[in-house]
Amino acid sequence: MIKTKQQKGFELGQWWSGWGYTPYKMSKFEEYDLYVRNKDFLISDGVITFTDTNGKLMALKPDVTLSIIKNSHYQPGCVQKMHYCENVYRVSENSGCFKEILQAGLECTGDIDDATLYEVLTLAAYSLDSDRAVLDIAHRGVVEDLLAPCAPTEVARTAVYRCLREKNPHELAAVCAAHSIPADTAEKLGKLIALYGKPEKVLPKLFELLGDTAPLRQLKRLTDGFAGRRTAEMLRIDFSVVAAGKYYNGIVFKGYLDGVPDPVLSGGQYDLLMQNMGLRGGAVGFAVYLDYLDDLDREKPADYDVDALLLYDENTDLSTLGLDRFTGNLVSNGSVMIQKAIPEGLTYRQLYRIENGEVKPL
Amino acid sequence: MKQMLNIALPKGRLGEKVYGMFKAAGFPCPAIEEQNRKLIFENEEVGVRYFWVKPSDVAIYVERGAADIGVAGKDILLEYKPRVYELFDLDVGKCRMAVAAPKGFRDDTSRTLRVATKFSRIARDFYAGQGRDIDIIHLNGSIEIAPILGLSDVIVDIVETGTTLKENDLEVIDTIVPISARLIANTASFKFKNEAIEKILTEMNRLERLL
Repeated sequence: MIKTKQQKGFELGQWWSGWGYTPYKMSKFEEYDLYVRNKDFLISDGVITFTDTNGKLMALKPDVTLSIIKNSHYQPGCVQKMHYCENVYRVSENSGCFKEILQAGLECTGDIDDATLYEVLTLAAYSLDSDRAVLDIAHRGVVEDLLAPCAPTEVARTAVYRCLREKNPHELAAVCAAHSIPADTAEKLGKLIALYGKPEKVLPKLFELLGDTAPLRQLKRLTDGFAGRRTAEMLRIDFSVVAAGKYYNGIVFKGYLDGVPDPVLSGGQYDLLMQNMGLRGGAVGFAVYLDYLDDLDREKPADYDVDALLLYDENTDLSTLGLDRFTGNLVSNGSVMIQKAIPEGLTYRQLYRIENGEVKPL
Repeated sequence: MKQMLNIALPKGRLGEKVYGMFKAAGFPCPAIEEQNRKLIFENEEVGVRYFWVKPSDVAIYVERGAADIGVAGKDILLEYKPRVYELFDLDVGKCRMAVAAPKGFRDDTSRTLRVATKFSRIARDFYAGQGRDIDIIHLNGSIEIAPILGLSDVIVDIVETGTTLKENDLEVIDTIVPISARLIANTASFKFKNEAIEKILTEMNRLERLL
C-alpha cells in the first residue's frame, strides 16, 4: 500500500534525524514583514494575512526556509542542520486559489562546503526512495559565467532564464538577438538547453564547450561522489532547473518520480539569501512536496463503503455491541459499521443483524 | 508492453496538419486517418498514442501529465502559462496576436482604453509594458463586433489573413507577438520518456531542415 503523505513525512524526518538533523517545529504564523522583505524568495505571490490581537500583521506561513534560517547561529567551521515537516499556505498554480501544502525538508546553514553539498545531494537522492526517480542537477554559476561579460539588463537576464527553464531554444535565440547578447554566448546558452543526461555523458561536453570553470569542477566533484552507488542512476545534468530565483548561487536540483507530473523535490545552495538577511555563512537545503504523493499509484476505490454493516434494535443488550465481542472477527476482515437502520446511499459487502445475542448474516 | 508516448493533438485543421508532420517524421497511426468519432488512437509498433483535444486544453493535458507531449499555439502558452517545456517551433499555424480597432481609430490617451479580448493576460501584459491604463472586457468569441457595437475601443485577438477584420471595417493598429504551433512536453515525462521524446524532436528537426 502506498504510504500516506503524513507517513512519508514522518519517515523522512526519522531518517534525517538519524543523519544528525535536528527536528524544527515552528509556529503556523510568522510576522508578515519577514515575507515582504524577502518576497523574491517566495514561490508564489499570495500570502494569507491577519491582524493578531496585539495589532501585529501576521501571515500563515507560505514558506519554511525563511523561518528556519532567520534563527541560524553561525559558528566558524560548523554547519547547523535542521529538518521539518510543516504545512505551508500558498497560491496553487493549478487552481489559482490558496492551498494548504504539506512539505518536508532540511536546511543547512553555516560554513557550507563541498562535503555539506554532497551530503545534502545524497540525502535528496535517497529521499526520493524509488527505482523510478530522477534527480536533475545544475549549477547557476555556469549560466552566470556566460552572462557576466555581456552585462545583460534585468529584463534580458530574466528572459534568458525563462528560456532555459522552458527548454525553449527558438525563443532563446530571439531573446539574445533582441538584447544584443553576442552570438557565441547565445550559441553556448542554446547548447545548455540541448544538453541533458547523465553526468558522465554531459559533463565532458560541458567542459569542452565552456572550459575548465570552477562551477563545472564543483559539479563534477559532487556527481563523481555518487560513482558506484545505486543513486548514481538517477542523476541527470539539466539546466532547466537553474531558473530558481536570484538567491540561488550554486548548485540547484529538482527530483522527479515516475507517475507524478511535477517535481516532488526542489533545492539548492542559497548563500545570497543569507547575505540579504544580514546573516553570516551560507545555506543549502531542499523541500519534498508530500502532496504530490497522492498522484502515485492511485488505488482503485473500494467496491463498498464498509465491509460489514451490523444492525441492532431497541431490544439489543448494549453489552453485546462491544467491538471485542461481536465485531472483533469482522473488523479483522475489513471495516464494520454499527447502525440501527441502513443509511441511505451506503454500500456494504455483507449485512448482519444482532439477534438474541448472536450476529447473523442477512 | 511497449512504453507508449501519449501525444495530445489539437482538434481541427491545425491538428490534422501537425499529425501529418508526425507521420512524415516516422510516427504514423493509420487508425487516426479513419473517418469516425473516436478520440484516442494508438500504434503500438512505433509506441505512440494520439488523442484529439480541444486546442485550448492541450497545454493542460500536457502540464498534468495526461499527455507526455502535445502541440499548442503560442497564444495558448502565453495566455495560460502552463508549466511545460516548449521544445520546438513547428512553424505551422502561423498568425499573430494583434490589437485591432475600427478604421481610422484614434486613441485618446487621456482616457482608460477599453479592450475586448479572449486573451486577458496577453492584453494585460502588453499594455502593462506600455504603462497604459486599460479596462479588460473578457469575451469568449466573436470579439470583432465588440468595438463595432461600442462595447470596447479596441480588441486583442489572433489575426491570420486579416479578412475578418477587413470585412468588419477593422484594421490592425499594433502587432503584439507572432504566433505559431509549438511542441510542448511535460517536464516529468521528459525525464522518464526522454529517449522517445528526443527521437521525435530529432526527426522533427530533420524534417524541418528538409522542407
